[in-house]
Amino acid sequence: MAVDEGLKIELGKQGVFVTTLQELYNWGRRSSVWPMNFGLACCAIEMIATTMARYDMARFGAEVFRPSPRQADMMIISGTVTKKMAPQVVRLYNQMAEPRYVIAMGACAISGGPFKQGYNVLKGIDRYIPVDIHIPGCPPRPEALLEAFMALQKKIDAQHLTGEDRPRHLDAEAQGLFPVPGQGEHDLEPAANKSVWTVPVVIR
Amino acid sequence: MKTVEEIKAAIEAAVPGAGVEIVSNPGPSAQHSLLIAPESAVAVATFLRDHAELALDFLSNVTGVDWPDKEIAEKVKVTRTVTKTVEGVEQSAEETVEETRKRVEPGYLEVVYHFYSMAKKHGPVVLRMRTANRTDKVQLPSMTPVWRSAEFQEREVFDLFGVEFTGHPDLRRILMWDGFKDHPMRRDYVEPDDYDYEPTAHDEVLKKAQAHQAALAGQKGAGE
Repeated sequence: MAVDEGLKIELGKQGVFVTTLQELYNWGRRSSVWPMNFGLACCAIEMIATTMARYDMARFGAEVFRPSPRQADMMIISGTVTKKMAPQVVRLYNQMAEPRYVIAMGACAISGGPFKQGYNVLKGIDRYIPVDIHIPGCPPRPEALLEAFMALQKKIDAQHLTGEDRPRHLDAEAQGLFPVPGQGEHDLEPAANKSVWTVPVVIR
Repeated sequence: MKTVEEIKAAIEAAVPGAGVEIVSNPGPSAQHSLLIAPESAVAVATFLRDHAELALDFLSNVTGVDWPDKEIAEKVKVTRTVTKTVEGVEQSAEETVEETRKRVEPGYLEVVYHFYSMAKKHGPVVLRMRTANRTDKVQLPSMTPVWRSAEFQEREVFDLFGVEFTGHPDLRRILMWDGFKDHPMRRDYVEPDDYDYEPTAHDEVLKKAQAHQAALAGQKGAGE
């Protein structure tokens, strides 16, 4: 149950802090999202710059890059996903513990970018795993990554703990394992995970 | 540095039976190359590396080139005897006719090596080797025993063009995965038809996307 904003501020002035469990829970989760120490191409350089002193992602609570997927909450797909690398990316995502989030950073990660028509590049990682935030750009500036991270925090903040749209880790029925694509004779098999990605309708 | 002609003469003097041809480059760089026979390639390579004056100790680059089968149309003048009836009397006369004949020049795969000399500070010397055809006789001798730096680059040529290097210590695919069957840099490579989502298609991609959509519509029509 939501608390009336005006009442909350009024009570705050009197030294009484009122909140809901959901708000507290989401505040805790969004303020300490640990990214995975994982870079694929040139976008990774921008990602590293974002964590350093000039841009300082630590201000948002995302400075602890974990080298193990078991300890990470967020995966930043920073760079070109080749067809040879794609199964490994999905496998790493499967190894992350819930709740987990994915930011696809840069033109390559979201669509294949300048290599889209190449024989060896996946046309967007969202064909195999659910992506929360897409960042366009080649490469996106560190500000764009911060903006994307803030958008992700807003998304976490808005999640309900119960009901139909509750996050996957609160849903006992939810399937957390995403099939790892196989490397076939000519292409990845299957070419996309149908439960995650369907052909978008192009509006002209 | 010696000219290509001088290098050719030096190779022929040192390696008996080495079939060396000069492939000239008509461009402004005039970087002519030496086409060597695969049988004597390792001997020629060792000679070039150990030669006191050339001392080609650095292999800079290994490239593959795919030359597909070429159909050549030629106009040939043919003389034939034609029988004509002139004023009721049969006469045979010779007539020259131009005829277009087509012949297929078989394609081949080519590997190009660029050598420099670190000791003498000169280069490049360009070597070429050609396979017998593009399908089953694609073996060429490996340069890895002579220049160790050829190893990964020859694996790449094997991966993307399908040239099999005999004498290579570890000939596996290097960029694509092991189960992959195609050679993507060949001219006749057929890419997987994954043009289902092309939001900003134009030119070639637009044609491919439209062909994909047409094929999809055809499948649906057949299914109903």
